[in-house]
Amino acid sequence: MDYNTYTVSESLEKLASGEICCKDLVTSCLRQIEKSEDRLHSFITVFSEEALARADEEDEKRGKKESGPLSGIPLSVKDLLCTKDRQTTCGSKMLQNFVPPYDATVIEKLEKDGAIIIGKTTMDEFAMGSTSETCYYGVPQNPWQDGYVAGGSSGGSATSVASGQCLASLGSDTGGSIRQPASLCGVVGMKPTYGRVSRYGLVAFASSLDQIGPLTRSVEDCALLMNTIAGYDKRDSTSVRCDRVDYRTSIAEGLKGLKIGVPQEYFGEGLDEEVEKVVRENIAMAKDCGAQIVEVSLPHTDYCVAAYYLIAPAEASSNLARYDGVVYGYREMEAETLVDMYKRTRSEGFGAEVKRRILIGTYALSSGYYDAYYKKASQVRTVILQDFKNAFQQCDALISAVTPTPAWKVGEKADDPLAMYLSDIFSLSANLAGIPGMSVPGGFSTKGLPIGIQLQGPHFKEDTLLTIAYNIEKANGLANRLAPV
Amino acid sequence: MKINRKEVEHVAHLARLTLGEEELEKLTGQLDTILRYVDKLDALDTAGIEPTTHAFSIRNAFREDSIHASLPQEDSLRNCAKSDGETFVVPRII
Repeated sequence: MDYNTYTVSESLEKLASGEICCKDLVTSCLRQIEKSEDRLHSFITVFSEEALARADEEDEKRGKKESGPLSGIPLSVKDLLCTKDRQTTCGSKMLQNFVPPYDATVIEKLEKDGAIIIGKTTMDEFAMGSTSETCYYGVPQNPWQDGYVAGGSSGGSATSVASGQCLASLGSDTGGSIRQPASLCGVVGMKPTYGRVSRYGLVAFASSLDQIGPLTRSVEDCALLMNTIAGYDKRDSTSVRCDRVDYRTSIAEGLKGLKIGVPQEYFGEGLDEEVEKVVRENIAMAKDCGAQIVEVSLPHTDYCVAAYYLIAPAEASSNLARYDGVVYGYREMEAETLVDMYKRTRSEGFGAEVKRRILIGTYALSSGYYDAYYKKASQVRTVILQDFKNAFQQCDALISAVTPTPAWKVGEKADDPLAMYLSDIFSLSANLAGIPGMSVPGGFSTKGLPIGIQLQGPHFKEDTLLTIAYNIEKANGLANRLAPV
Repeated sequence: MKINRKEVEHVAHLARLTLGEEELEKLTGQLDTILRYVDKLDALDTAGIEPTTHAFSIRNAFREDSIHASLPQEDSLRNCAKSDGETFVVPRII
């Protein structure tokens, strides 16, 4: 049986009733990995034996009625979440042999709740990219269509979920890296509010923008994973103390009384016709579910890409200064002086996109340019945040496309960094503003490529987004749609 | 040109990177294109606007001043390329 095709919530029901056991789930996921991995490249590491051993443990716990809320659920996680005694590469040669001595908070939480981590997924090097093509360990492929990108940077997380290699995954989102691959691969993805989920143990890219979140095959599964990973953590000083929410209880509520805003700036030039059609159809479905649709404006949308591609590289250049060959990671062993060792280590350990961003960031922060670039971009960030605050005076959430086009061909933008950056135009601003955003499957292009719908909401209103997404998912019937692999 | 080869070389030095000839040539062109693009921010008057560095500001993230276990030395040294069993070893500085 293809138990790997069940959603998390279906699996939990079948495990509870005794219809299946944890080992069935893990075995069928491993079988799917074996069958499809040569084509998809979702994983950097697969923990086959450990996952089977963990399944036995969870089956035993279930027998003794000691199981946690995600007991026996096989998940993948992006390879930038530290896993104790298990390699964590961040998609880079720099961390090829890095074996963390501790677990990220989210990993601790997942395993405490009984989830089984089946492997670590492919990603753009240090999460810098929109297609996962900068991964040092192979490039994930779109499971819906040969030769098309899976998106990025959490590309392997999206392909592993879309193809049934696991039931769900965790990714990270600094400028769209959960929502965009979720959209291009036809799965649900959520970037929570900045501070909602602990970043402790997440390899840092841009610390004021990074946030961990789930990729799943249904909105209910997204809520279930959020229940496990959300919450204050004293080890992350930016995590926010707020009341615990059970995200699952409110998802099935109707949309009556909710106002959904349609930002006009997201429907202009550059938006693919098929994408627009799918978005408009889904807006109509939300309306049929009782929501009131209003037009709103985010007047500074056009400045997002420029502000983001100064702020994120600036933070990255500072964060990545730690890769100096001394404490962990790659070291060039021939250098005779310290500075030469730093330079040779970093030049050999980092790939082209990472170097490009370190250089932009270093330049933007350097003496004489700081005011013109980094400070200016940070002021524009204030203006963008204010746009959202104004919009949320008029509505409870925003609806739009996640990306201007469906997935493009592998290699198409690989050598044109600016074209790649511009493809992130709809997803970057949620990170700049720190607001929650999600992607829910909306339809398909004529080529059969998935098109996602983006929902954005005020700080800490993940529950509103999940309710809207759940209603849309029910209306368009795209829950748990597996890619044909 | 917003940025030339010499400036890219200087920034690379600040970032402790060495670039090959071909890499330098290509990156200078790409950085120039990107910097030209971000210049569009100049069209926006931001005089008097406070910069945002964190979208959701928290003040005084204090924790209890309590003693807790830290990473054992052995674990701390496990991932380094070169150690003498007690410390990290780097090329001679002086």
